[in-house]
Amino acid sequence: MSQFTDWDILRNLLLAARWTVLLSLIAFAGGSIVGLLLTFMRISRRRSLIWVTRIYIEIFQGTPLLMQLFIAFFGLGLLGIDVSAWTAAALALTLFSSAFLSDIWRGCVESLPKGQWEASRCLGLNYLQTMRYIILPQALRIAIPPTVGFSVQIVKGTALASIIGFVELTKAGTMLNNATFEPFKVFALVALIYFLLCYPLSRASQYLEERLNVAGKRA
Amino acid sequence: MSLVSVRDVHKYFGELHVLKGIDLTINAGEVVSIIGRSGSGKSTLLRCMNGLESYEQGAIILDGMEVSTDEFQVRKLSHSVGMVFQSFNLFPHLTVGENIMLAPKLIKRVGKEEAKKLAMEVLEKVGLADKFGQYPEKLSGGQQQRVAIARSLAMKPKVLLCDEITSALDPELVGDVLKVLEQLAAEGMTLILVTHEMNFARDVGDRVVFMHQGKVHETGDAKEVLANPQTPELQQFIGAVL
Amino acid sequence: MSYQLNFGALLDYQDVLLDGLWMTVKLTLISTVLGILLGVLGAAARRHRNAALRHLSKAYVELIRNTPFIVQLFFVFFGLPAIGIKMTAIEAGVLALVINLGAYLTEIIRAGIDATPKGQLEAARTLGLSSRQIFIRIVLPPAFQRVYSAVVSQCIIVMLGSAVVSQISVPELTFAANFIQSRNFLSFESYLVAALFYLILAFLMRLAFNLIGARAFSRKEKTL
Repeated sequence: MSQFTDWDILRNLLLAARWTVLLSLIAFAGGSIVGLLLTFMRISRRRSLIWVTRIYIEIFQGTPLLMQLFIAFFGLGLLGIDVSAWTAAALALTLFSSAFLSDIWRGCVESLPKGQWEASRCLGLNYLQTMRYIILPQALRIAIPPTVGFSVQIVKGTALASIIGFVELTKAGTMLNNATFEPFKVFALVALIYFLLCYPLSRASQYLEERLNVAGKRA
Repeated sequence: MSLVSVRDVHKYFGELHVLKGIDLTINAGEVVSIIGRSGSGKSTLLRCMNGLESYEQGAIILDGMEVSTDEFQVRKLSHSVGMVFQSFNLFPHLTVGENIMLAPKLIKRVGKEEAKKLAMEVLEKVGLADKFGQYPEKLSGGQQQRVAIARSLAMKPKVLLCDEITSALDPELVGDVLKVLEQLAAEGMTLILVTHEMNFARDVGDRVVFMHQGKVHETGDAKEVLANPQTPELQQFIGAVL
Repeated sequence: MSYQLNFGALLDYQDVLLDGLWMTVKLTLISTVLGILLGVLGAAARRHRNAALRHLSKAYVELIRNTPFIVQLFFVFFGLPAIGIKMTAIEAGVLALVINLGAYLTEIIRAGIDATPKGQLEAARTLGLSSRQIFIRIVLPPAFQRVYSAVVSQCIIVMLGSAVVSQISVPELTFAANFIQSRNFLSFESYLVAALFYLILAFLMRLAFNLIGARAFSRKEKTL
């Protein structure tokens, strides 16, 4: 067995953390696109669309992310699509994120006072115009803090991709643990790297939230 | 012997000098109305009397005890002084009866049956004996305030401090609350009220204390002071509120 | 599509599946109860007079909320024994779940506490209640009620997160699904059924919490 110095451990973990970051970015981007689509469906006035999105959200919020990963991994295989752990993880995390993001965004749209809709209507704006010029610009502003906050959940969610064999930070941690038999040190370092990735996002979310509240009070 | 004695009390909120040397002596059984504009320091003075606010200089002696914000001291004071607030402050998760029995049980270690008896007694006094098992949110503002008075009375205080207790009420509910106070006054309870109810101050009160810019500006017998205010500030104040 | 789904074959393993389900229920129950307790303590510490306690509680919350549960689990299960703290897989699983839930609930309950109107505290002080009595009897019950739905959601999230303890071989629902698919190679079906069970559990949990909440927070008149 080769000898690992502390530096070797850290270096390998940091190299693997790049995949954590990449997977997070893809899941966030994919989740945003799908989530935006879902949000529009959810706030549309079509009953069928609303129901479809509600069921979608219920399913992804009501089952473990791990199950979603397994099903993406094995389910796609059944469809004859040869999936790598990477594809399955990206897909599952995208769908998972989209459900949560669309739920957050719908909440933002609905949190706007009813008077905004009524006033727009009095001005003669139609549904789409009201959305485009009145509702969305305001909703976007209040949506930023919780969206940044949710990105922390995505980063942490990518850790589960290790279970289907994708080598990111957590998987690298278990592999290094098997090689070094120093679980305390290895997993403390793994946790530390996640913390360094997530904490700034958490703080940014809090900061944006506070700034929004201050601005809201002044207005 | 005086029940409450305030001697040269000064209070600052940061840079702001809100009480500028207050002297006031109140005897047992007196009904004293503290009046004045908002910002004159009247509520602050009242809140200093039971340790809700600290003061930087001077002394307040209540029922022989020095008043301070120290938790232990405030606990001791709770046997002698009760307070009723503008916003009722009933505990929403407790029934009317539970609100009233809480402090006697916890602080005075009164038994369950006795606490219940006590609660019914004070509720009858404020005319709400039928609300014992009801939650505060089901009561009108006037009823909530009467329960708050009953809750204070259950501790059998010697002084009852009332901080604008009718200000948050709809006009038609004010009378019921004032009636309870009038009855307490008749029974000999010492009352110190911060109030805007000039009629009450004149008809029921013994003494009026007019506060202006952190000082006792004018004080004396209620009927006299309100009928013949000496200082232009009080004249102006009375002119504005009547 | 050439593949024929075969759920019938899972019936051979229904005992394994039900045992796993039962383990998940037990894990959830115990972690929920202990997690809520820890959350209340954490929130009390977060708003304690003692600055050291406040910082400790804050550090705990930030540390847990900014690291993945699976890493916390591995740290507890693999890392702690390395420094002499030994425990079974189930104990490690419960410990990790409780620590995780406790951190989130600390933050949620703290928010509920912060929304307490100042007058409530003043009235309680005036009546002579001590700080501890005020916290337990006056502040906490309405605070908990205020944030109850967030507490429920977090408990459900932790129930779903308990799937991860399959990775340290705790024989719960996900572990059972893993086991079954390793025997009959019906992975898709196994996981789909397990996912359905989780969905039902989440639904039932919310239902149960709502019933408990409706009872606990009832403001119906009490008779003498």
